[in-house]
Amino acid sequence: MSQLDALTLAVIQAGLQQVCNEMDIAFSRSAFSPVIAEADDRSDGIYDRDTGALISQGEYGLPVFVGTMQYSTGELIRLIREARVGAPEPGDIYIVNDPYLGGTHLMDVRFVRPVFVEGELFCWLQNTGHWPDIGGMVPGGFSAHATEVEQEGLRLPPVKLFKRGTMDQEIFSIISSNIRVADQRIGDIKAQAAALMVGESRLADLLAKVGRKTLDAAIKEIRARSAERMRAEIRQIPDGTYRSEAFVDSDGVVDEPLRIALTMTKAGDGLTFDFSGSSPPCRGPMNSVVATTYSSVYLAVKHVFPDVPINAGTFEPLTIVRPEGTFLDARYPRPVSGCAAEVSQRIAEAVFLALVQAIPERVTAAPAGTSGNFALGGFDPAKNAPYVMYQITGGGYGGNAGHDGLSNGCSTIGISKTAPVEVMEQYYPVLFRRFALREGSGGAGAHRGGFGVHYEVELLRGEARASFVMDHGRFGPPGVLGGAAGAPNVVRIHRNGETFTPLHLSKDQNIAIRAGDRVEVMTPGGGGYGAPGTRDPALVARDLRRGYYRADEAKDLWGEDILGGTQS
Amino acid sequence: MRRVAGIDVGGTFTDLLLTEVDSSGVRVRLAKVPTTVRNQAEGVLAAISAAAVAPADLDLVIHGTTATTNAVLERKTAKVGLITTEGFRDVLELGRRTRPKPYGMFGTFEPLIPREWRREVPERVMADGTVRTPLDEAAVAEAVRALLAEGCEALVIHFLHAYANPAHELRAGAVAKALWPNPYVTLGHALLSEFREYERGTTASVNAAVQPILDRYIRRLQDELRTQGFSRDLLVMNGNGGTVPAGLVVEAAAKTVMSGPASGVMAAAATLAQSGLKNAITYDMGGTSTDVALIAGGVPEVSAELTIDYGLPIHLPMVDVHTVGAGGGSIASVDRAGMLRVGPESAGSEPGPIGYGRGGTRPTITDANLVLGRLDPGRLTAVRPGVSLEAIRAAFARDLAGPLGMSVEEAAEAVIRLGNVHMTGAIRMVSLSRGYDPRDFVLFAFGGAGPLHAVALARELGIPEVLVPARPGLTNALGCLVADLRQDRVRTLNRPLDGFDMADLRAVLEEQAADALAMVAEEQAEIEETTVTYGADMQFRGQTHLIRVALPSPDIDRAALQELFEAAYFRRFQVRLPEIRAVLVNLVTSVIGRRRPFPLAALIDGRGRTDLAGARLGTRPVYAGGAWHEAAIYAREALPLGAEIAGPAVIQQIDATTVIEPGATARVDAIGNLRIRAEGPSA
Repeated sequence: MSQLDALTLAVIQAGLQQVCNEMDIAFSRSAFSPVIAEADDRSDGIYDRDTGALISQGEYGLPVFVGTMQYSTGELIRLIREARVGAPEPGDIYIVNDPYLGGTHLMDVRFVRPVFVEGELFCWLQNTGHWPDIGGMVPGGFSAHATEVEQEGLRLPPVKLFKRGTMDQEIFSIISSNIRVADQRIGDIKAQAAALMVGESRLADLLAKVGRKTLDAAIKEIRARSAERMRAEIRQIPDGTYRSEAFVDSDGVVDEPLRIALTMTKAGDGLTFDFSGSSPPCRGPMNSVVATTYSSVYLAVKHVFPDVPINAGTFEPLTIVRPEGTFLDARYPRPVSGCAAEVSQRIAEAVFLALVQAIPERVTAAPAGTSGNFALGGFDPAKNAPYVMYQITGGGYGGNAGHDGLSNGCSTIGISKTAPVEVMEQYYPVLFRRFALREGSGGAGAHRGGFGVHYEVELLRGEARASFVMDHGRFGPPGVLGGAAGAPNVVRIHRNGETFTPLHLSKDQNIAIRAGDRVEVMTPGGGGYGAPGTRDPALVARDLRRGYYRADEAKDLWGEDILGGTQS
Repeated sequence: MRRVAGIDVGGTFTDLLLTEVDSSGVRVRLAKVPTTVRNQAEGVLAAISAAAVAPADLDLVIHGTTATTNAVLERKTAKVGLITTEGFRDVLELGRRTRPKPYGMFGTFEPLIPREWRREVPERVMADGTVRTPLDEAAVAEAVRALLAEGCEALVIHFLHAYANPAHELRAGAVAKALWPNPYVTLGHALLSEFREYERGTTASVNAAVQPILDRYIRRLQDELRTQGFSRDLLVMNGNGGTVPAGLVVEAAAKTVMSGPASGVMAAAATLAQSGLKNAITYDMGGTSTDVALIAGGVPEVSAELTIDYGLPIHLPMVDVHTVGAGGGSIASVDRAGMLRVGPESAGSEPGPIGYGRGGTRPTITDANLVLGRLDPGRLTAVRPGVSLEAIRAAFARDLAGPLGMSVEEAAEAVIRLGNVHMTGAIRMVSLSRGYDPRDFVLFAFGGAGPLHAVALARELGIPEVLVPARPGLTNALGCLVADLRQDRVRTLNRPLDGFDMADLRAVLEEQAADALAMVAEEQAEIEETTVTYGADMQFRGQTHLIRVALPSPDIDRAALQELFEAAYFRRFQVRLPEIRAVLVNLVTSVIGRRRPFPLAALIDGRGRTDLAGARLGTRPVYAGGAWHEAAIYAREALPLGAEIAGPAVIQQIDATTVIEPGATARVDAIGNLRIRAEGPSA
């Protein structure tokens, strides 16, 4: 390592990062699916040739993919070694979405491309993109009731979609025959492949500049340094054992909460996460595959220490006891469509709730923690065409030592923006009656939680089926250090003059609605931080003036004394 | 004699460039005075006075101001009320479900219009422009009265789908204007007729929030100029790189936001044109931030998707300047794992680099330049007594060289190199990721620190040539002087191209052109030639991002437009998609009133430039490529035209220092630019 000076290392680290950032941007800018193009539900990275370990990942990628993609590259390498998948050749791109092979849910489709230097494999490039449909029993893929993975959609083992630079039309036609609104997928496939090619050419520039041997050595050293950086952060956490829990409303099939139990142990410069005592595998689609479980822990820790660069070394000081026998280590054929969007966020919440006990200045109270997936599939008689509309929404973030939580923050595991109401109404036969801040939803505290969203959408024409996979409908996001929980998620269907709430509160599928019927959603507020009675009375008064809370609510939440001082 | 003054107010200095034209030719005067933060007009007048000219003798003043940008960034904006569609008053506060950074759950956001001043009224227009709920005019009047009673000074009326049918906004605007005591009423669709309610509404709220501020400022400036006898025209810079008459600027006040960086790019475009060049990446490095932009084919790239600050998108056509929060003040450190880092922390301008002597104690990029002799350490004590090179070296030894096991010089060089690597990321984002190869461009370096780093940066990127203009520290003022009058119009159609009635396309473009031409015509005296350019924002069906396609004329047939779009798409993404239909999303028209070109050669004073030896100030040790070199030092003002200088050398002028790295060669061209062949070892 002596030949590698600090400068070379830093230059190569920045160079690898730029390769990944450019892949991220190229993918989004040319993608078709709004889930990728608008919502950036994708990620790109570089992986080790022998193990699949993460070398570098784009800063603009979806956080939940930060840990999963190295596992899926690792599984591909294993299958190639076992001769169950063809060996890589220049110009190949493998496609895979099997959740049990280092994945998330079926909609997250991974493309993997080998990079050769002078005829030898140098590394792998991979990207993941969330496809708007992958077949299965529900348009959009978020089934609430599936009991086996086959119901959730088309499952692809690693196969070469591109062979020596040319797309295999036969594989493509199998895919396009098994998904909804298939005509636009060719555009997404080309965009996803083109992003990897952009990465390959940028990486070639970097290789030409620094040379293969130096790059190899630097990658190893950067990994070691990232591990050391993370250890330095961990050393600041007081030694001890911290316990927390988080609950998924239900699995969508059996109406009982699923418990995540976390015992986090800090000793020296390591952190151990043990999920023993969590609920067993469930019948419905709220199981998590182990790659997603690990990734959820990683992304939560990264949220707390955002300055540590991301590569395999970053996570070396974190030990996760494999949660065998629980719903956090699902095996075939358990359904998993809720794992990437929802279970992952409950896992992250458990990590936050454990860490906040140890380092309360650096962690917030619980955020809304649901992606708010609402899919509406139907047929528009005016356009004479079928459609699948996706709506995602944010919620309140947790209060924290510095300030109140953010309102309508993005999901913990995402960076995806919501589509504007005007865009939704242009593309789909719907009308939003409102898209508003959800008053009263922020959990009380010295610093209150941020607010969720309250929207109501009416079907204008034809018939459609509504499906939901959300969470925190049974319990609101917890407050910490004396703060109160944020308001729980609410879904209401206004159908044919009657109003009802789905049995599983936050999860349901294929609810038939027709023109004039409405779907109303209120997303969770963030948890409060610190005792409400210690809040600055001026902030309570401001919140009242803004109509964030009603006077009677405020009296209940913050106490008469604070209000008394602010009535003047 | 005709006198025209370009005056740019920057964060630190107010710069003036004055041209005097008569039958004997063109003469130039320059002035640089401190910016007067509380009332920028004082600095403007001081600059005129420093140029030894009476305002009464000026024929035209072209002005760039940061008044609106600063007001937004510091949230010192006017009190604004909003009247909007029932059910949607929180759109401006909720945004689109984001957080400030990908990682980290902390962060706050305050919209420009707080909730207590946002009112809803019954009305609803559908996506196709039809009315579902008629406008309740009585409710509008009531909301207007309530907001006035609250003390709101400006008003936004922003209804859903007003881009498809503005009737309700227009009617509500008429009701409001009858009651509102001033002209500060902004209709959402008037500035920007595109869909996306959050972006359009935020753009309107920015406009309203800065309108009173800009109006007061422009009035005060005009009053003070008038008191001193100036009664001619005042033009104001916009972020699109064009100017508008002072009388029209307030109505679309949001367009002045970010006009400073835009004028620098316009100056670069004018300089390129007179240097026989077409393609440049502009690189303006200051103390706290760096702006980069791309000029292709002589025309600066324009974007309508810029963001002023977290949660504040402004979707108006603006020169596409990419700002990086890194500059001379970026702090270098060694992290807990022993990795060298430069930024993102910055010493800013207070306390600033150690070398500024304002209490800074942590090494910065500027300090690294001092340690290596790239900046003249001899000037240190002249500026601030008490700061010594030894103190800076000690800080480098303590914070960097020691922990990294390097010499002080090696550490300082590593800091500069790593800072450059971060800059290359920004430059790749404006070039490579948009389908341009940086090797086809020159690097146009300006700002206080741009010319210091440009040659090394060019090597890092494979850019063959660096151009440092004659007056790198006065580029924004030059931008004012050379900027044309400009009006942009955008209309959203969002219809598939096949089946589109091309007569409609023509009608929209012609209407846009007529409207914009009428506004530009107000300054007929200034204009030598008027050009109209047409464009279409297009996408493949199902996509959400847009590609701008330039149209040769409003009279274009469908097949030709399809072909232009496919070619533009291929250049950007290297992908062809014959399977998918094209969609015409926006039609765009820009009218440019070209002003007489300003001969840049007038910027340099030919006298006293005898030979290279006459410009030579001596030598000093400069560290580069791991070794000390005895570098020649030259005075920029005395370099003869055509002179050639081989690196290592340093060229100094009052407001900028250019470093010619070892192996590079510089030549002074006919209009005083330094043209540097960057080739040589990657530093």
